[in-house]
Parts: sequence; C-alpha cells; structure tokens
Amino acid sequence: MAETTAAGPLVKVRDLKMYFPIHAGLFKSHVGDIKAVDGISFDIAPGETLGLVGESGCGKSTVGRSILRLYDVTDGTVEINGSEIAHVDRDSLRSKRPMMQMIFQDPQASLNPRMTVASIIAEPLDEHLELSSKERLARIYELMDWVGLNREFAKRYPHEFSGGQRQRIGIARALALNPKFIVCDEPIAALDVSIQAQVVNLLEELQDRLDLTYLFISHDLSMVRHIADRVAVMYLGRIVEVASRDALFAEPLHPYTQALLSAVPEPDPASERNRTPIVLQGDVPSPANPPTGCNFSTRCPKAMEICRQMEPGVFEFGGGRQVACHLYSDDMAEPAEPTAGSESN
Amino acid sequence: MPDTASPILDVKGLKTVFRTRGGEVHAVNEVDFHLHAGELLGVVGESGSGKSVTMMSLLRLLPSPPAEMRDGAVMFGGQNLLDISDEELRQVRGSKIGFIFQDPMTSLNPVYTIGYQLAEPLRAHLGMNKTEARARSIELLQLVGIPDPERRLKDYPHQFSGGMRQRVMIAIALACDPKVLIADEPTTALDVTIQAQIIELVKDLRRKLGMAIIWITHDLGVIAGIADRVMVMYAGQVVEEGPVDEIFKDPRHPYTQALLKTVPAVRGARAEKLQVIEGQPPIMMAAPSACSFRNRCAHAYGRCEDANPELTAAGAPGHRAACFLLDEAASKQPETVDG
Ligand SMILES: Nc1ncnc2c1ncn2[C@@H]1O[C@H](COP(=O)(O)OP(=O)(O)OP(=O)(O)O)[C@@H](O)[C@H]1O
Ligand SMILES: Nc1ncnc2c1ncn2[C@@H]1O[C@H](COP(=O)(O)OP(=O)(O)OP(=O)(O)O)[C@@H](O)[C@H]1O
Ligand SMILES: [Mg+2]
Ligand SMILES: [Mg+2]
Repeated sequence: MAETTAAGPLVKVRDLKMYFPIHAGLFKSHVGDIKAVDGISFDIAPGETLGLVGESGCGKSTVGRSILRLYDVTDGTVEINGSEIAHVDRDSLRSKRPMMQMIFQDPQASLNPRMTVASIIAEPLDEHLELSSKERLARIYELMDWVGLNREFAKRYPHEFSGGQRQRIGIARALALNPKFIVCDEPIAALDVSIQAQVVNLLEELQDRLDLTYLFISHDLSMVRHIADRVAVMYLGRIVEVASRDALFAEPLHPYTQALLSAVPEPDPASERNRTPIVLQGDVPSPANPPTGCNFSTRCPKAMEICRQMEPGVFEFGGGRQVACHLYSDDMAEPAEPTAGSESN
Repeated sequence: MPDTASPILDVKGLKTVFRTRGGEVHAVNEVDFHLHAGELLGVVGESGSGKSVTMMSLLRLLPSPPAEMRDGAVMFGGQNLLDISDEELRQVRGSKIGFIFQDPMTSLNPVYTIGYQLAEPLRAHLGMNKTEARARSIELLQLVGIPDPERRLKDYPHQFSGGMRQRVMIAIALACDPKVLIADEPTTALDVTIQAQIIELVKDLRRKLGMAIIWITHDLGVIAGIADRVMVMYAGQVVEEGPVDEIFKDPRHPYTQALLKTVPAVRGARAEKLQVIEGQPPIMMAAPSACSFRNRCAHAYGRCEDANPELTAAGAPGHRAACFLLDEAASKQPETVDG
C-alpha cells in the first residue's frame, strides 16, 4: 500500500460509473439501466472540503456511496489515501474501512433506536479494534467531548435527543476510527435552521483539529458556499462544472450552474426585488433515458444545435476550473483530462 | 398595507393543545394575526414552533382527540369558523380557503387520477357537471404550467415529478377560486430551480387572481422575495410581526435577530464563522408563563423569567414584537408614540 506523496490528492476518482439495472417482465429480465453516475472524475486534496451540489436525483448520494464502496461500482477507479477502493476484494476492503466514513442525512433513521449512545459510538470500535473496556470507555468519552455531547448522556437512547444532538451522535460514530476522509451526505438537511449552523461549525472545528478531508453533499448552496473550498456541480449523473468556491459563486460558467445560483433566494427584500432568476423550461430527463448530446440540453436556455447531438468535452479554465459545455469549445479554454481540477496540476 | 381596512381573515386568541400519553403539548398559545385582501403573509419559525398546527386549527383540520381547540375566534366572511357547522365549514374549506399541505405525496391520493382529484371539488362545491369540471381542470393545469394537460388528467400522482405534484396541489387548491390560499412549505421539498418556477407562478397568479396568501416556510430568502408582511413564530406564539422590510432591516425580537444571522449568504461577503443560536427550543408541556426564548437569549434578564411578554408596537406602523426590551427602549425615549 503506497502512501501518497504529501502534495497528491487524498481522494482520486476517475471515470466512475454506477448503473442500477432495471428489471421488468415476468422473468425479471434486464431491460436497461438507471445511469445514476455516468463517468465522473475528481480529486480532493488532503484537508480540503469538496462541495457536491445538484438537483434531487442527479446522483450525489450515489457518488458518495460508490466511492466508499457501499455499492459495487459499474466502472472506473477510486483511490483513497493511495489505496485502490473500487475493485478491491471484500477482505482488503474491510481493512480500509476505518479511514473512510459517512455521515448521513437523517440522524433519526441512521441510529439504532435500541442501542444506547455509548454502544452506537462504540460499534465501529468493537468491530475493528480490540480495546479493553477501560480504553473503550475512555475513547467513547473522548469522542463525546469532541462533538459536544455531555458524557452523562452515554447511557441514553437516540429518541431522547433532539435532531441536532442525534446528528452529533452520528458524527462521533463516524470519527471513532480516526478516519481521514468523510462523506457528509446532506448532514444538515433534516435539521432546523437554528441548529444547522451549530452542526456546520462543529464539522469545521473537527476538520481543523483532526485534519479531515470532506466530500460535502448538499442542495443548500449557501451552506456549501460557507463550508466548501471547491465545488462540483452535478447534473443527471455527470459533473458539469467544478471550480474553487469563490470563482464558482462569483462567476458561474455552465448554464446549469448559472440557473442554479440565480434561483437561490436571498434573505434581503431589497435585493430580492431586483433579482430575476433564470427560470428553466422543459422536461427534467430521467437517468434511465438520458437525452442524446448534452444531458442539460432539454432545459438549457443557451442550447445550440450541437448540444442535442454531441456530448460536450471538458474545458480547462485555469486555477483548477473545469466546465463541460459546448459554449466554450472555441474559446480560449483548453480541452482537459477531466480530473475535476486539483489546483496543483 | 394600512391596518385600518378590515382584514379578510382575523384570528384571535387561538389556543390548541394536544393531549398525549406523555402529557399535554401546548402547540399554539393565544395566537393573534390577520390577513388583508390580496396580501401575502409569510410565516417563519423554528421547526415545531406551531406554524402548521396554527393553520390546521383555523380550518379545524386536526383530529380531536388528540387535538383540542381550547380557545379563540377565527373571523372569515362575517362568521367564526370555530363555531359554524361542519357542513358550512366544508363549504369554506373547499371553495373559499384553499390549503396546500406540507407534504404533496401524502396529500394527493395515490389511487385516484389527477383529473378526478381536480374535478371532485368543482363538482361538489360549484355544482359543475362532468364536462364543465373537465374543462376547468384542464384550464387549471394550464394555469400552473403543466404541459399537455388533457393527457395528464388520466395520470396518477406517481407519474408526476415532485415539482409537478406540487403544481397539481396548487391547482387543486385554486380550483374554486379561493379568496385565501394557505400554503404550508409549498416549495421546501423541491429543488431551487423548481422552487423558482413555483414562486414565479404564485407571483403571476396573485397578479391575475388577486387572492390573499399565507405562505409558511423556514427559508428566509423565499420570504424576503414574496411576502408583504411577515409573522415570526416561536414556541407556539407570535413573537414578531411586521412589514417585510422592517423585519429584515430592523428585527426587534432577539429570536428574529438571531435567526437572520444564522443563515449564510450566496451573494456578497462570506462570513468566516456561522453565528449560532445556542441551545434547543423548549418542550411545551404547559402554557407559557415566562418568555419562551429566555434560555437561548443573550439579553434575558429577571423580568423574562417572571412573565410572558405580549406583542407591543415596535416603531414602524404594523411592526410589533413580544419582548420586554421594547419596553425598556420605550421608557428611555418617552416621546415615542405607539398605537
Ligand atoms: N439503489 C438504487 N436502485 C435503483 N436506483 C437508484 C438506487 N439509488 C439511487 N437510484 C437512482 O439513481 C438516481 C440518483 O439517485 P441519488 O440518490 O444518488 O440522487 P441524489 O442526487 O442524492 O438526490 P437527492 O438530492 O434527492 O438525495 C435517481 O434516479 C435514483 O432514483
Ligand atoms: N398529533 C400531535 N400530537 C402531539 N403533538 C403534536 C401533534 N402534532 C403536532 N404536535 C406538536 O405541536 C407542535 C407544533 O407543531 P407544528 O407541526 O405546528 O410545527 P411547525 O412549526 O409546523 O414545524 P415544522 O417547521 O417542522 O413543520 C410541535 O411541538 C409538535 O411536536
Ligand atoms: Mg441524496
Ligand atoms: Mg409544519
């Protein structure tokens, strides 16, 4: 297992595909595929947070789950901390599990209601380590301290906690084995606005303290702008644009990103009066039957003839910015290998 | 919006309690508010603050038990909706006040076609025959921007996307040309691009039909864009209300102030650290006898423990907040006039 060099990415995903087969008819024959993730590449540097945004059903969760090998991926490679993950056998996968973890959207559903907080947090410890009961308890308390849960709650059950506290339990469990990389799948979506900020601040503090790398999946663009260093925008199974946070929010280049950002309302009545969102028309295509050409061509306000015929290439704009759109094909932008731009290359 | 014109909907002292095995839950505590013709009232507040229960109580939509409407009056069209017969109430619900529920999937019936669900209230309340109801249904689907409406009448809810189902819900709520539309988180489950479509649609419908709307949401951005007035709820009470510009520019209740600071922006300067409201909302096992926000409030003092502050005038016309700090401010400035 070669360690990555300090400068290299911690997470390296190339041409990842995750298709879910569609079976139909009496004999359940394979009639097609839902192309939930259809050829995605990106890097995440150590200590970095990559935000992943896009509309419901575009494949964000599937990306997160595939790179942690919660699914058997259809194609492509995933390398985390120098280890190949996508095609490795079950046994060696088990030894890699501790370094990569996931925090889920619904804290309620992801915690076993019959287990105490202590046993929920200790579950991964019991599975992967052999700790004495004293070491085990010390570790549970340490984790509870980290996430701001009172140690006195160790013997309580999940239903006795609020949503924000339950999310803290999930975070403590994810941290139990000192992971390097955490996929946060909509970690605040189920929480009240006033509690969301608490959890986001906690994730940021833990990242600094423990040198964590995050893939932060969210449909809340303002929260992504707050937490992410770089942002990848997905549409129907593909990444359409990736850029540093500041560049993306200052000047989105892909027409879908433009529509997405223009649609976010702002808590300021004066500026809301002047905001004109780009309202998308046309049908949202299904990942079982994506359109020919560019996936966004059915709704794109700037679609040209070529967009309905040919899939766009990926163009490099410097500073790690990449955009997959025909509008830029005869621009100054250079065609690029889609690595979703680590700034170091 | 002048407060002098008499409101189309006037709610006074509404009080709803749930009797549960664990004790009483005081979900709505003496809520007062009103809605003027043609106005859009935005309702915000923490999860569990009683937004949905308040609106369901108005139309007596909550099953009893466990819900118990302890007190209050809901004046609409010269009658108190809490006193009228079930039959009269059904007329109001179906044709004068439209309601869009928080979850579109559970509120459309999966076993009936969209066409049936649209036509049913038209036939029941407006006495239309089959052909008339069908024509009107097509018109309504067109109004909410569903392509190919004739064909779509035969479809079932699961054949529509989330955004389209929400449009159908709006179409059903609009079927009988209501004077008031109550929309409970109508866009929360939707993507921002679809939300933008629905908001444009509602703005357009307001221009065309001129109805009054109550719009519940936790998204302050949405409120900023569409509301004329805003009502902020906390722990089953209205803690602040006022014209939209006032609420955002000069929030007077510490909860509203904190709420406005916790949301990050997508445009403009980016804050290094998010502001948080520490602590948790209270569990409402009894009617409030003190300020419900005091345990999370940076300004709380002795008085907040002793009594529950009432809504008092806060500067601009129509702006009111329930906080003792307003009294303190007023006593320092004796020339302040209030109503
Ligand atoms: N286990 C599965 N079997 C079949 N199809 C699936 C499965 N999981 C996801 N899909 C489909 O793959 C597509 C992508 O789903 P995914 O959950 O990744 O979207 P998402 O971007 O996370 O959406 P959301 O924002 O709603 O969480 C969807 O069309 C979904 O219906
Ligand atoms: N059937 C019920 N039995 C007991 N308590 C209930 C019931 N329905 C609602 N409540 C309680 O009433 C209070 C108000 O709930 P309500 O649904 O009005 O909140 P809300 O402001 O709409 O929240 P959200 O933003 O999450 O929709 C909550 O404390 C809730 O737990
Ligand atoms: Mg998801
Ligand atoms: Mg509600």
